[in-house]
Amino acid sequence: MVLIKSYSAPPINEREVFRYAGGKDVAAVRELFEGCKTEIAESLSYKVCYLPLDVRVTDDFCDFGAFGVTSKHLARNLEGCVKAVLFAATVGVGIDRLIAKYSVQSPAKALLFDAIGTERIETLCDLFCRDIEREYQMSAKPRFSPGYGDLDISVQTELFSVLNCRKHIGLSISDSLMMSPSKSVTAIVGLCETACKKPSRKCEACGKTDCAFRGAL
Amino acid sequence: MNFSAYLQQNIVYLDGGTGTLLQARGLRPGEHPERWNVTHPDVITEIHRAYYDAGSNVVCTNTFGANALKFSPDELEEIVKAALSNAKAARNQSAAPQEKFIALDIGPLGKLLKPLGDLDFEAATDVFKATVSLGVKYGADLIYVETMNDSYEAKAALLAAKECCDLPVIVSCAYGEDGKLMTGASPAAMVALLEGMGVAALGVNCSLGPKQLRPIVRELLRYASVPVVFKPNAGLPECVDGKTVFDVTPEEYADVAAELIAEGVRLAGGCCGTTPEYIRAVREKAKQLVPIPVKQKNFTMVSSYTHAVAFGDTPVLIGERINPTGKKRFKQALIENDTDYILSEGIAQQEKGVDVLDVNVGLPEIDEPTVLKNAVEAMQAVVDLPLQIDTSDLAAMEAALRIYNGKAMINSVNGKAESMAAVFPLLKKYGGVAVALTLDENGIPKTAQGRVEIAKKILSAAAAYGIDRKDIVFDPLALTVSADAAAASVTLETVRRIKDELGAHTLLGISNVSFGLPARAAINGTFFALALENGLSAAIMNPYSADMMKTYYAYKALKGLDENCAAYIAAAQIFAETAPVPARAADTPEDGSALQRAIVKGRREKAAALTKERLASADPLEVVNNEIIPALNTVGVGFENKTVFLPQLLMSAEAAKSAFEVIKTALASKGTRAEKGLFVIATVHGDIHDIGKNIVKLLLQNYGFRVVDLGKDVPPETIVETVKKMHAPLVGLSALMTTTVPAMEETIRLLRRGAPWCRIVVGGAVLTQEYADAIGADKYARDAMETVRYAEEILGK
Repeated sequence: MVLIKSYSAPPINEREVFRYAGGKDVAAVRELFEGCKTEIAESLSYKVCYLPLDVRVTDDFCDFGAFGVTSKHLARNLEGCVKAVLFAATVGVGIDRLIAKYSVQSPAKALLFDAIGTERIETLCDLFCRDIEREYQMSAKPRFSPGYGDLDISVQTELFSVLNCRKHIGLSISDSLMMSPSKSVTAIVGLCETACKKPSRKCEACGKTDCAFRGAL
Repeated sequence: MNFSAYLQQNIVYLDGGTGTLLQARGLRPGEHPERWNVTHPDVITEIHRAYYDAGSNVVCTNTFGANALKFSPDELEEIVKAALSNAKAARNQSAAPQEKFIALDIGPLGKLLKPLGDLDFEAATDVFKATVSLGVKYGADLIYVETMNDSYEAKAALLAAKECCDLPVIVSCAYGEDGKLMTGASPAAMVALLEGMGVAALGVNCSLGPKQLRPIVRELLRYASVPVVFKPNAGLPECVDGKTVFDVTPEEYADVAAELIAEGVRLAGGCCGTTPEYIRAVREKAKQLVPIPVKQKNFTMVSSYTHAVAFGDTPVLIGERINPTGKKRFKQALIENDTDYILSEGIAQQEKGVDVLDVNVGLPEIDEPTVLKNAVEAMQAVVDLPLQIDTSDLAAMEAALRIYNGKAMINSVNGKAESMAAVFPLLKKYGGVAVALTLDENGIPKTAQGRVEIAKKILSAAAAYGIDRKDIVFDPLALTVSADAAAASVTLETVRRIKDELGAHTLLGISNVSFGLPARAAINGTFFALALENGLSAAIMNPYSADMMKTYYAYKALKGLDENCAAYIAAAQIFAETAPVPARAADTPEDGSALQRAIVKGRREKAAALTKERLASADPLEVVNNEIIPALNTVGVGFENKTVFLPQLLMSAEAAKSAFEVIKTALASKGTRAEKGLFVIATVHGDIHDIGKNIVKLLLQNYGFRVVDLGKDVPPETIVETVKKMHAPLVGLSALMTTTVPAMEETIRLLRRGAPWCRIVVGGAVLTQEYADAIGADKYARDAMETVRYAEEILGK
């Protein structure tokens, strides 16, 4: 049975916003950012739907019961896990509307809204994963999304149908596997009974070493 | 008895949840429950029967996700046929005494409609039609559209059902904790939209428990003139000892249901987590209750995809600026398909405080149905105000009303038989509030009496089409006072009499009254005040006119429509700010001119104002070449050297754009233009995120290129056709994800064949030099500045 969680707005990690916007916290941008922050408060909702499942990993095959996937990288990520949580999270369509509106009126603001949206959804996922650790009294592996490593992005389709995202949190997927609302994440989080090894830096587990956003944390 | 007749006289009990019951019987996560109609007919029939036995009048077929996006046509037919047959079997088997009906259940399609998603409105309508037709074929008594969390999809479903059957259609929506649909619509907005299109009943289901949905139901009861549905979840699912439980008991559930039935709810049932026990409890609790008659509410309302605007004591302002009449720059934008210009007019008026936007794109040289439809589509992607569709072209009117996400105003109909026969059927079908001009075959009557007579005639003609008087707003026509001294007083008298004698609302296009007089603003503002005092409900007006806005805010404050005069006080600050700011001595050039510094610092208002000042003494091209371009270069080089960051670069680009807009307007009035070369830009098919493309566009425009922006999710053929038609030398394509790069590759392939002269530059998150080489692009641009430099190299400086 798919479960749902709603959150109230977590504090904004401003450094992350500026990093995503490709800038620094300089005076001119700060003023614009403060305006965006005020404008965005009413436009966001923080929702997650999730399904806890037992997982068994055999070689490269990860068997979740409801479905299974072959992926060396995911199998490595889930090493030592007996349970996994599949989840989808979104901050809603409000941010997409603001980005669309300001793309016409002020692309600088559109860029900041885009960056805020990215920061918001990442923060929501962090919050959710910490919650899950607490609830299940288990240690969570770094979340792993379709498209990471060798986990094919087409796995999205299966995650969407298992989680029934459209019904539960209003999240849908296009033919080209893009999510709407755009500031959304689907992922698999492995849970271990004992404290599991976590990468010291957020980007460590990712193989894309030429990424513009890599390694700032 | 048919369902509609039964609903008129009775409280209707619906069924409860199906999904939870199926999961208990072995349905696996991700499995399509609709297939169980065929594979487990006994289970489905048993569940339906249990609901009939518990007292449900209506059982919804197990077809929530039965649509052509998920199933092949053959399987879809097999599923719907089996679903109806299971429900019929249950009806036959149940010995319960109540009237029993079968509703064809229709849920969301699982995909989001454009512009937020990739599903086209008409495509969605066709998908719904396929399911509805099958439901009708196999004997459904009514259509139950449920769990809609997007107003646009709800409209598509209702329109589809209306276009392929005469069965009653119920539309029930899933509201969130914020009291709105996922895509933003308020309960009042949904009432306006659905009722306008002739829904049989409307309401709430799923998403929340009975108590959380109670305030939303009360809101619906307040506005709706059709029966209201209440079908919540059994609270929220919780995980207890590894099992899922819902936190509201049948007893608690029935208490709230009975309370709301006593307040006027006419259809009650349950959604996720509810079982036949819940329905039995509701029936038991409500057995002494009598159905509360559904009252006609007299709210004249238009709506957008977020909210409704009601006509009443507070004047409704309708912004008139989206209209090419007498505006060369606007005409140029229309002819060149410059959607951004039109959208900017909308956004700017919204910021001035209008409630509704009039959209008029009528020009003899354009294909108005296409242009109006596109303008409405584009506008409702960025502005959440209700729109007023303003056209005399009926094909354009229908095209726009059809795809409008809400209940629109329609401008206009009049007392001529021909006009009413053309407009009223559209109003009836798509919903809307019509602006009715008090003129007919004999012209505009000179007297108020004559105009009131025409208004009466219009109301009775509308009634013959089944259109309620609340959906007509009269325009008693403001004529020029300089030509006829009595003109204003006749109009004012008509306003008052239409309100008092016909109980209808009025609006006026204010500014006509002052035509031919000097200092028109003074006349307009005063006439507006007089009209409001005579009962005027709305004005089609120019929100940039300080006199009109002052009258508006002062009127509201004086009439007790503005608590603590808060809106007036806030507006007073704005009035003060609109006074011109004299240039300060500090603005004298040191590192470049004041205009240059305004651009470098990203001050858009200042940049526009300074450009206007400069044009008084300088040639437009001189200002461009000597001030704007050098300022842009300063910032551009800074960006390339990493001393200026992207947000700052964009702020400067916006400031430069506002300066260019002043230049363009000056050049348009002279009938000339100054642009370097043509650049066609698009986000490729399947890709719905275009923020990067928009940044590139802005910078290219800044550097003087004429950019034809085809938007996002653009089919390869459209790009090739445009490039061929315009003989464009340069094309920019963007893609965000690996899944859309094949569409980019296909576009390049077709361009090479259809437009071999054209150079192709690509960019986007997923692209790399290797990728660009592999798909045959001429250039990979890492960022916007690199694209600009490439364009300069190819198209010359």
